[in-house]
Amino acid sequence: MEPLSAFEIIRQVFVQFTPVWISLIVLFAFSLGFKRKLGLYGFVVETGTGFTGILILGFWLFTAIFASQISPFDPLGQIVSMKDALPGTIEPISGLPYLFGGDKLARDVFSRMVFGSRIVLIIAPLATMLALSVGIMLGLPAGYFGKRIDSVLSFLANLILAFPIILLFYLLVSPGILETPIPYALAGVFFLFPIILLVTLFWSGYRAHPLQLGIRLVLTLLVGGWLFATFVFDRDPFHILRVSPSTLNIFAAVALASGPGIFRIVRGLTLDIKTREYVQAAQTRGETPWYIMLWEILPNARGPLIVDACLRIGYTTILIGALGYFGLGMPPESPDWGTAIKESSRLLRAFVHPALPPALAMMSFVLGLNLLADALREQSLKD
Amino acid sequence: MLNFLIRRLGVMALTMICLTFMVFYLVNLEPNLRKLAISQTEMHASDEHIESWLTRNGYRRAFIERYAAWIGVWPKKPNIDTETGKPVSRFSYCSEPAESVFAGVIQGDFGCSTKFKTKVAEKMLPALRATGLLMFWVMVTMVPVALFFGILSGMREGSKLDRTLSVVSIVTTSTPEYVSGVVLTIIFGTWLGWLNGSAASATGDGITFYNFTLPVITPAIYGMGYIARMTRASMIEVMTAQYIRTARLKGLGFYAVVVKHALRNALIAPFTVIMLLFPWLLTGVVIVEVMFRYQGFGLALVEAAGNNDIDLMLACSLVSVVLVLATQLISDVGYAWLNPRIRVQ
Repeated sequence: MEPLSAFEIIRQVFVQFTPVWISLIVLFAFSLGFKRKLGLYGFVVETGTGFTGILILGFWLFTAIFASQISPFDPLGQIVSMKDALPGTIEPISGLPYLFGGDKLARDVFSRMVFGSRIVLIIAPLATMLALSVGIMLGLPAGYFGKRIDSVLSFLANLILAFPIILLFYLLVSPGILETPIPYALAGVFFLFPIILLVTLFWSGYRAHPLQLGIRLVLTLLVGGWLFATFVFDRDPFHILRVSPSTLNIFAAVALASGPGIFRIVRGLTLDIKTREYVQAAQTRGETPWYIMLWEILPNARGPLIVDACLRIGYTTILIGALGYFGLGMPPESPDWGTAIKESSRLLRAFVHPALPPALAMMSFVLGLNLLADALREQSLKD
Repeated sequence: MLNFLIRRLGVMALTMICLTFMVFYLVNLEPNLRKLAISQTEMHASDEHIESWLTRNGYRRAFIERYAAWIGVWPKKPNIDTETGKPVSRFSYCSEPAESVFAGVIQGDFGCSTKFKTKVAEKMLPALRATGLLMFWVMVTMVPVALFFGILSGMREGSKLDRTLSVVSIVTTSTPEYVSGVVLTIIFGTWLGWLNGSAASATGDGITFYNFTLPVITPAIYGMGYIARMTRASMIEVMTAQYIRTARLKGLGFYAVVVKHALRNALIAPFTVIMLLFPWLLTGVVIVEVMFRYQGFGLALVEAAGNNDIDLMLACSLVSVVLVLATQLISDVGYAWLNPRIRVQ
């Protein structure tokens, strides 16, 4: 059968993404229609950079959600006749085209790119949230209490910051270390932080209302315990999620690599905010230190933290891509973008088409995050 | 100033001890030792075989003793062959002293590389020279261009030029090395054929424009946007200062103000950023060296990690930790020296 022409490929790709286009139109109709009621988001979506950023992120978010509808082939399926097929080649059995061609293992590059977005969009934000809770939980007391706590925690943070990331990854994500309990212990400690953060938050805030406190604590412990069992021990009591040890290891390594940076930012913000009048007022009222940290200081530090989180998700994406590029952590057949770039970049002289889609996907996703962060920063400077 | 330096050096030494200890522990984990023993004996060695090999070569001595011997503050005992009773070297390709001597990092003995079958120092020196060359050229291309862009866009905040350059720098910071490397190789290597997509020939035949441009440009692009944005922010801050207004009001031309008054003050902040960029460049260099097969430090690190080369891995860690700490120190001292307000205090 005749392969598709360049124009036909573009048209076909556009058609494949139909669910994404519809969702994007709905999203923007809603955002622009109600922008006055949406607070910060409404302001950001109005600016040029913010709009572009949200457009790109929305595109990848909906691609990840509708991945099975969009991709015509199985991302891991190999159809031998399509080895190194050029873009637009028709697969004879199903009659469907390999829109971006086939890779050296005869898999559909387009479907792999689409499914790769799922892996990136799940791991990068979750790992960043994990690092964020570690950074907040340690940065707040370091900045608020100062003295000995601050010196010890800052020394530890600087210790990890002095570690070249690439070396950290090679030491922590190599296959040998999975035979030891180190990654599980590390992840176990890190995954405790979000639970501790929520428990302390509710405990300090709702002490006067036992019923409210009880509901929140029970919910936190149930959901937190379920996620803890799933992630750290890979023993989901309900058998819904599966987290392999190597994925867990990626979480631990990323949290260890970004945690100290967030710690420093939170500590700096706390040092600044704790001199404000409303903090002194709370101290005079006799509030507990954790109430002041979590309910007075943290909400007032949210602006810079949101911007940083946005940038950091992008950076985490780059880190996870680098892990994939070095063949660490991810299984070799995984469709994530970093692994796909590694697989295809060795054969650039012969075939370029398997390398371009994951590379451009990775770049555009990080670009979207950076644009959004830029728009958020500009908006927060205006206030 | 002296006090500050002494305290910084003390913290640095402590950090270094902690970090090397951690690395030493992680590299010498039981699975790694067993793998080493298996690769050094026969393929189907029994557990007893492995155990006796590890004991004979000193891997079963107390952990602290081995760490101290690696540092060079504890004598390294020779390994005695149980059958002949004579001292033997761990690996056939490196000779080791036959009596108990101090032979650690402090004395310049980094051990033996099992992957490259030579002394670690002999492998590391040329690799470091090659990487130093690469880093030098990356800095030489990246820093001036980034500073120029940053000053141009910070000079007149909000102008069309500023907006264009800002978008460019956001795009470059979103393009990690392994993406730009692939894209640039496709454009300039595969399609146009102007540049070589591999720097493997640079080791033997020396560097040329043809084989060295892509490895230099790839990390430079990623770092450029970041420095440019820092310079821009610093420039904007300086341009709103009182003394700039005074200089303008006394009738000085716009460019004279920028060059004579603004520039020197605006470049203090980027200086620290550039110094702190070295450790970050290290990661980039590893990716670039792997991608373009350039025989430098990064490739040595990856080969060492991939082949369980314990001594080489330790040496690589030491080099990178020293680099990070040294640049941090230079950045702090340099900042204090450049900024009169801090220098006087």
